Amino acid sequence: MAASTTTVPSASPSSGSRSFISRLRDGDEIARVITFLFAASVVLITLLLVLQLWHDSSLARHKFGFQFFVTRVWDPNAEQFGALPFIYGTLVTAVVSLLIAVPLGLGAAIFLAELAPQKISDTLQFFIDLLAAVPSVIYGLLGVFIVVPLMREIIQPALKNSLGFLPLFQGPPYGIGFLTAGIVLAIMVIPYIISVSREVLLSVPRDQREAALALGSTRWESTWKVVVPFARTGIMGSIFLALARALGETMAVTMVIGNTPTISASLLSPGYSIAAVIANEFTEATGDVYLQALVELGLVLFLITFILNGLARLLMVVTTQKGSGMGHV
Amino acid sequence: MNSRLRWRKFVSGFMLTLTGVCAAVAVSVLFFILGYLVYHGGTSINWNFFTKLPAPVGEIGGGMANAIVGSAKLLLLASLFGVPVGFFGGIYLAEFSNSSIAFVVRYAADLLNGVPSIVIGIFAYALVVLPFKHFSTLAGAFALGLMMIPITLRSTEEFLHGVPRALREASMALGASRWKTIMAVVVPAAYRGIMTAILLALARVAGETAPLLFTAFGNRYWSPGLSQPTASLPAMIYSYAISPYDDWHRQAWAAGLVLLALILIVNIFARAILARGSAIPRS
Amino acid sequence: MHASVRPAVSVNINPTTVTPGRETAAAASLRMNISKVNFFYGQKQTLFDINLGIASSKVTALIGPSGCGKSTLLRTLNRMHETVRNARLEGEILLDGQNILSQDVTLLRRRVGMVFQRPNPFPKSIFDNVAYGLRINGSKLPIADAVEKSLRHAALWDEVKDHLHKSAYELSGGQQQRLCIARGLAVEPEVLLLDEPCSALDPISTAKIEELLVQLKDLCTIAIVTHNMQQAARVSDFTAFLLMGQLIEFSPTPHMFTTPSDPRTEAYITGRFG
Repeated sequence: MAASTTTVPSASPSSGSRSFISRLRDGDEIARVITFLFAASVVLITLLLVLQLWHDSSLARHKFGFQFFVTRVWDPNAEQFGALPFIYGTLVTAVVSLLIAVPLGLGAAIFLAELAPQKISDTLQFFIDLLAAVPSVIYGLLGVFIVVPLMREIIQPALKNSLGFLPLFQGPPYGIGFLTAGIVLAIMVIPYIISVSREVLLSVPRDQREAALALGSTRWESTWKVVVPFARTGIMGSIFLALARALGETMAVTMVIGNTPTISASLLSPGYSIAAVIANEFTEATGDVYLQALVELGLVLFLITFILNGLARLLMVVTTQKGSGMGHV
Repeated sequence: MNSRLRWRKFVSGFMLTLTGVCAAVAVSVLFFILGYLVYHGGTSINWNFFTKLPAPVGEIGGGMANAIVGSAKLLLLASLFGVPVGFFGGIYLAEFSNSSIAFVVRYAADLLNGVPSIVIGIFAYALVVLPFKHFSTLAGAFALGLMMIPITLRSTEEFLHGVPRALREASMALGASRWKTIMAVVVPAAYRGIMTAILLALARVAGETAPLLFTAFGNRYWSPGLSQPTASLPAMIYSYAISPYDDWHRQAWAAGLVLLALILIVNIFARAILARGSAIPRS
Repeated sequence: MHASVRPAVSVNINPTTVTPGRETAAAASLRMNISKVNFFYGQKQTLFDINLGIASSKVTALIGPSGCGKSTLLRTLNRMHETVRNARLEGEILLDGQNILSQDVTLLRRRVGMVFQRPNPFPKSIFDNVAYGLRINGSKLPIADAVEKSLRHAALWDEVKDHLHKSAYELSGGQQQRLCIARGLAVEPEVLLLDEPCSALDPISTAKIEELLVQLKDLCTIAIVTHNMQQAARVSDFTAFLLMGQLIEFSPTPHMFTTPSDPRTEAYITGRFG
């Protein structure tokens, strides 16, 4: 009846012939159940999170419906909540950050993977990893006291002087705004692009590069026309990852974007992002609709990052398959 | 050498140099950050900073003792919650589960990992702040603990998988039960990797501000116990940085330096341990 | 196709090893001449005083047991050894009388092409693979014509002419290797180096490529490394046998395989080791 400690421990689920209670006496079975509970709790918590977001935004969702995404007005007093300014700001800052971070990051990754001797490459990668560990609020600190004045005194006026005819660079140089937030985000996101791209570039088979060189390519031609295209799915994956990070960034953005729900073609204009408005107004929100509108924004943000992360992972899987010569993109 | 080849070689040299410049720029950011923090905050780090409470608004002086203690409490509690879930969950994945359950759990963990930290804050608010009707250290610790779970889970699973079968089989052949094998043989073998992963997870959540904004909230005084709002280092940096007071700016720099120094030290330490333990030679 | 056999330089050779074939090779006029070549990986020396001539419009095979240095030697001929950090070459390697070590390496590699052990087409279409070298280096013919020409030379045209824009990875292993040969031929090299080109292929594909090599002689000089002695015997005009980094014997192929001069050569060929 009782499980004896001298029997061979079963690695597979016990057969149903022993009762649940007697199975519990077996130390292994208890361990299995307990660790299962912990693992299951992870799934439960995640489910709960999604459910909570859905449920606690229901008022706002039912009240505004699809209009929520296309309305510009965010007026808590009148209980009018439109998400467009925040979606706009989130997207604009993310795009600006990628426009800066991708060339810089890819360039650095190419250097680390193709040119630098292993020791230097590893050392520099170590520093890049440390950069990735710097918290958002520190970037925000640097942003407020270093980047904003720099933008206000030097860069924004310079842009207005040279390119001021473009609608992109209209308006007074406040120092804060979409461009500043984009720049700070770019700095935050570069380490991710570098780390992943470097890994992927390093995994490109040697003989791809050698084949290119053997045809009379210059170093750059073999890198840019053969190695990088070979790695392009993985590099895309790194960009998606970076994008997901940029979209969810809160502190650094809210400290430099200006926190005004404006939609403007000018990058010099102050704006707002989804994460920033939640951070600023959540504790001030009076009334259920207000709060639930903010939760709905959180739900939107969650969904966007969920899709992006999913795509990124898909791309990484495709990359590893290609490495074995199976797929072609 | 014809002119076309000359041009191609020029382009090659130029572009490759440019990539070196990109790498230099990227790495130099780290040193700029440290430099600015030391320059602006170094002088403000003194005994007062570590021992005094914040002074009343507008007054000069005061320190961040409560924020430091608050952060320590939050992190301790977060680990008490997040680490066991991740650790034992990881053991389940590595040692007991079948592949479909493992897939679901891993997927959930990855999902949780990708949730923006502000949304984690919303969740923690709904779960721990609303029912009790006030902000608390507990709520903040819950949010941070949530963020530690995925990293701990995946790392535990990975490092346990890395322990060779032979070790397990040797133990079981001696008559040890599954569980005893895991606790006495497998886990100790993976110990180093798991510890460093936990340290890295801690370093990551130590700097998080967003999830604390509406859970732990903030406090200009001490926060005894667990059920009151508490100050934390990152949140203080934030509120001081956006304030209009120069003295507070100064203190924000100092706090930033302390926070970053701690995070970087833990990172360097953890990575050094990892590197020594499991050096994977590049082919 | 480039002008038929370019005038090659006849060089006075001082044979330092037992190589009755040397004179015969000299008489056939040399495209490449390797003299007093020593090769080092860091401190370790892997090639010792190699002196060898690669005859123009002929197939020269390099054989020997694993680790004897035959691939290392082959890779010096288009300076591919320079992609490895610690590699060092001493000695002289002449192509048409000029030392390749003092030429521009990019130019050299257009003149001396290489096909690798495992087929390694680029992640592009069949057409773009062959066109790659043409687009980089410039081409006298319109690219589409040059691509067709190369694919015909590599005996692949009929199999792929309707699928030029498909991915190269959709081809079989043997086809991919012929594609790599076409890719190499497209830039009209004077010498084509092949490093065990059939070792990853099935017997039928191997046979196709061996057939191809014999025909390609008219286009360019060929040097092939192989661990398959029967292949060397079938395909090559001259064979060099290396052992532990030294050139043991170099002869016209029929002579090497029927009456080898050195006992070590005989031992290897009869399968006593290797």
